[in-house]
Amino acid sequence: MAMLSFERKYRVRGGTLIGGDLFDFWAGPIYVGFFGVTGIFCAVLGTLLIVWGAAMGPTWNLWQISIAPPDLSYGLGMAPMAEGGLWQIITMCAIGAFGSWALREVEICRKLGIGYHVPVAFSVAIFAYLSLVVIRPFLLGAWGHGFPYGILSHLDWVSNTGYQFLHFHYNPAHMLAIAFFFTNALALSMHGSLILSVVNPPKGEEVKTSEHENTFFRDDVGYSIGALAIHRLGLFLALSAAFWSAVCIIISGPFWTRGWPEWWTWWPNLPIFG
Amino acid sequence: MRTTFFSTHKALPLAAVGLALVVAGGCERPPPQSTQLGYRGVGQNAFVNPRILAAQVAANVAPTPQPAAVPVAVTAGSVYKNLQVLGDVPITEFTRLMLAITEWVVPKDQWVDGQGCVYCHDIAVMEADTKYQKVVSRSMLQMTQRANRSWGAHVAPSGVTCYTCHRGNAIPQYVWTTNPGEKPRASGYVGLQNRLSPIPAFSSLPYDPLTTYFDKETVIAITPTNAVAPVEPKTVNTMKGEGTYALMMYISKSLGVGCNHCHNSRQFADWAQSSPQRVKAWYAIRMVREANKAFIMPLSPILPASRKGPLGDPMRISCVTCHQGVNKPLLAAPMLKDYPELGPLNDPAAAPGPAPEAVAPAADQADVVDGVATEARVTAQSVTAAGVM
Repeated sequence: MAMLSFERKYRVRGGTLIGGDLFDFWAGPIYVGFFGVTGIFCAVLGTLLIVWGAAMGPTWNLWQISIAPPDLSYGLGMAPMAEGGLWQIITMCAIGAFGSWALREVEICRKLGIGYHVPVAFSVAIFAYLSLVVIRPFLLGAWGHGFPYGILSHLDWVSNTGYQFLHFHYNPAHMLAIAFFFTNALALSMHGSLILSVVNPPKGEEVKTSEHENTFFRDDVGYSIGALAIHRLGLFLALSAAFWSAVCIIISGPFWTRGWPEWWTWWPNLPIFG
Repeated sequence: MRTTFFSTHKALPLAAVGLALVVAGGCERPPPQSTQLGYRGVGQNAFVNPRILAAQVAANVAPTPQPAAVPVAVTAGSVYKNLQVLGDVPITEFTRLMLAITEWVVPKDQWVDGQGCVYCHDIAVMEADTKYQKVVSRSMLQMTQRANRSWGAHVAPSGVTCYTCHRGNAIPQYVWTTNPGEKPRASGYVGLQNRLSPIPAFSSLPYDPLTTYFDKETVIAITPTNAVAPVEPKTVNTMKGEGTYALMMYISKSLGVGCNHCHNSRQFADWAQSSPQRVKAWYAIRMVREANKAFIMPLSPILPASRKGPLGDPMRISCVTCHQGVNKPLLAAPMLKDYPELGPLNDPAAAPGPAPEAVAPAADQADVVDGVATEARVTAQSVTAAGVM
């Protein structure tokens, strides 16, 4: 892939966290770095282990392949490979790959001298994954509480885990997460459509700019958040959605064992209601 | 000049901490105990908070059995009059059971001169059926025997005794009557849901599924047998699905379990994917229907208003009456073995409950939501006539 004339300007040495100059190079358009190497290693190893697990399993049907975590009886120890140990190693590979990716983003930020917003944001997604396969299983005392790696089987896990608490929509953190996901979609669609509207003027007219954008929403809803703040808002909404998703599953089991509707009885039980 | 009442960068963390406190405020302390119910990894796990469990263990201790009776050849019926149920029991066993029932059912503040007999008996004429409590007790003895002899599919191996429900109360702590509901607020609005109630486990679902599903043989199903269901909208639809969910939430809360105690949520209706406990629950629902219809409802004419609901229907039994929040009543304490005259379990001489062949996908059953049962009504008389008692 040919390099654009100005790209070379931004390909500067340095900024690495580990390994010095060793992996400080590009493969085509892509920065490699130490964490690029560890990321590739973990991703390839994890993927091959999934393929190995599928080969040991009963089916090659893509929908039904499933790498299940160990039985609860193994607790927080290691399980034999064919009985969940594979899931444990694949989980380590996944954490290694996701973490490498985030740290590689940090190195790129350092090279460019920009803020760490992207790796910080990506870390929230990693946190959500860790909540499911590390934090919650650890709090519950068994890796077997993690979700299985399979297209349909992980949906079974979601469904059964939800119904263990009778009605998961009453989980307060789940409510917050859903509200943030929906609001995030609303904000992104409003912003996206607005930008497309100003860059697609009628034939023969010039592309409009931020004053048109602001005026549209001032006319429409009385307020325009502005060109910079819409991205702050978007980031806040997106990270909140992922964060409260993580909270909603961490509290299910470790901090609440009954049906989620019952949790809300703290409200009618407040002393102010006598 | 622009005035700010609060600064955003200070208020946001405060709001986040406040929100976190609200979320954490109502929660339990970790760690819970977990049990694996199915194949690993698919979320078939159950959670119990050991702090809650400890309180349940304390509340579910079976009383010490009465001292064993001296075996005698004399039957109670040859000594006492008007023994319609326990006449063949040896006289010493009979007296022992009367003592046990007094301990189980008659609260101490109802005792007179150190004796609880007076709660049911006219002391001057012990055999007289003058007190309604005595007539009720007879029917309850028959109900208990019927449960043990014919409904072993649900109550085995521990069996049930009077104490399973009564726990020292004249009226078991958890009984139910039909909820009259509220006046409809608007046209078409059925005011039988969206109110805070422990029956549907505090959800907004219909709050009297017991009348719907235990008094009537309403189809319990959420899944139509055909995909689009244009031809049988009356049998299973979203609205009736809510009623089924309400009943299931009620059962779950009564037993202190999640939906996956019986079901695999990937297909609730499929028996092949369900746990064996679901079969127990299937029998339980039929047993409760029969017990209420055959042994409690017929008592209605003799019961005072204090034993009835606002609509005049008798206080009836359901899951929580025995279970009281635990999966196995009294944590499976085998009380029946100490009082064999209330059994035996699975008596081959007794008429069985519905046969297992009747275990069919619920949506295949005929809809009888209007209270017209398809099968013949079971009454105490018909059960007795069939030679059960």
